[in-house]
Amino acid sequence: MPFLDIKSVDYAYSSGDDEYIQALQSVSLSIERGEFVALVGCNGSGKSTLARLCNGLILPDRGFITVDGMSTSDKKSLYEIRKRIGVVFQNPDNQMVTSIVEDDVAFGPENLGLAPAEIRERVDWALNCVGMSEYAKSGPLRLSGGQKQRVAIAGVLALKPQMMILDEATGMLDPDGRAEVMNVVEKLNREENMAVLMITHFMEEAARADRIIILDRGHIVADGGRELFSTPEIFTDAGLDLPISVRLAQKLRARGLDLGAPLDIDSFVSSALSALDVDRGEAVSDGEKNHNGGGEV
Amino acid sequence: MRDMTFGQYYPAKSIVHRADPRFKLVILLLYIVMTMFCASFVSFGLLTLFVIITVIISRVPPLKVLKSLRLVLVIVLITTVLMMLFYTEEGEAPLAEWGVFHIYLGGIYASVKLAWRLMLLVTMPTLLTLTSTPTELCDGLESLMSPLKKLRFPVHELALIMSIALRLIPTLVEETDKITSAQKARGAEFESRNPFKKIKAMIPVLIPLFVSSFRRADELADAMDSRCYRGAKGRTRMKSLKFHFGDVIALLLWCAIFVAILFLKYNWFNWAFIAAVGL
Repeated sequence: MPFLDIKSVDYAYSSGDDEYIQALQSVSLSIERGEFVALVGCNGSGKSTLARLCNGLILPDRGFITVDGMSTSDKKSLYEIRKRIGVVFQNPDNQMVTSIVEDDVAFGPENLGLAPAEIRERVDWALNCVGMSEYAKSGPLRLSGGQKQRVAIAGVLALKPQMMILDEATGMLDPDGRAEVMNVVEKLNREENMAVLMITHFMEEAARADRIIILDRGHIVADGGRELFSTPEIFTDAGLDLPISVRLAQKLRARGLDLGAPLDIDSFVSSALSALDVDRGEAVSDGEKNHNGGGEV
Repeated sequence: MRDMTFGQYYPAKSIVHRADPRFKLVILLLYIVMTMFCASFVSFGLLTLFVIITVIISRVPPLKVLKSLRLVLVIVLITTVLMMLFYTEEGEAPLAEWGVFHIYLGGIYASVKLAWRLMLLVTMPTLLTLTSTPTELCDGLESLMSPLKKLRFPVHELALIMSIALRLIPTLVEETDKITSAQKARGAEFESRNPFKKIKAMIPVLIPLFVSSFRRADELADAMDSRCYRGAKGRTRMKSLKFHFGDVIALLLWCAIFVAILFLKYNWFNWAFIAAVGL
């Protein structure tokens, strides 16, 4: 049985007296423990609705959602579900409950009713994981956006969830802040084997996930590995951009140079370099060419 | 506006920081009552001496505490001057006189005491917020009020509301600044001299502020729910409150001064030396 199982879920929210907007329509997907999944879609595609359904903040109109075998529709199991799935929201300022970093991280484990020593241990561990130990005693005013969001991640982490949902958690951050958060999330996925569902509209971030799900107007239109990027139409049809490296490669292919679909700038550069070397008829030895051959090219 | 001393925790390692917030709150309450009972300059001096000692051992820069006085300076000045000008003493000759204004020696004493009392009233609460985190204070209040739980009074909820309010003050101040700038960019006038217009000019700031506060509250509630919040039920604390021997000693010391101040005021045993210093 998959860890998170969403079966033919519909959800509509009211937008006035008798009007309803269908946010999700017969959505089914499942996520296993330890997976790194990116959920992409443009505004209004139902991404955030899906996140809020996963830990029972809202309930589906039709279909069902189970986490570790427990249904979100069962009020009694909500607490257990939220212990297993942590959600980080977009605005870091609206997630902090107290004015001191470590007290805020402690909020979750305090709700679990753990012994003080255990809470202390978890808080120190969580802050260390996100690299914010030295700010344990400071207030949110002195932190940057990326730092605040890392504190929010630590707050969720202290609950020791098996899965973390990031609902556009990098949406309000500058590039540095985004990189900080992404690094922390990748590390948690790798080292703690934590499943990650990352909701984003930054394609460069989505390209770092192992699996990509595309949502378009309440429907899942694609669900697959990174190979999805080699058929760009899937993304553009859903109103999404492609990573800049993929777009560059597309333009080059139109001019007759096929580089495949490199997912970041580094792989773009290395495949471009090796392609140029082949064209010139030089002997290709990838590693050496990339590092030592820079001057000649 | 962002430079608000009130509610700004100053992290340091001192016995005042370490002390149990419940004791600090009780001592503060006692202290406020004490300032009301201070009658003579001797008792004012005694209390001030204790405040100074507490500030020194708290390792908070004294300037931080003094800064809080700036907030009440205007009130202190106005009340003292009015007190001095309108104080009358029967059967005493005034030192100076201009029309309806008289200055008596007793008036000078009384107004100096008033100013002194007001300043004492501000410094200690400031020191409390400088040396204890909002969480500690809220936990302390919650624990002190816990007997009220039996009367079904929502003690935990009240403490949490306070903690969140304190947490959001700086955020809301920042937001107010932003909205004000945004409305100025749209041509709103805030610089009017007419007080009526000035109040009216606040409406385009207050409405967006309210709307965004509600949105914030919604998001915060979702974040709290997501982090397994279920109210006070089954909740524990990372920093459990523990009172130390030192806290008891501090409380006893403050009680001793309180008794001394009461003695100086009422002189129950008619001791001659108290009558002699009784200004």
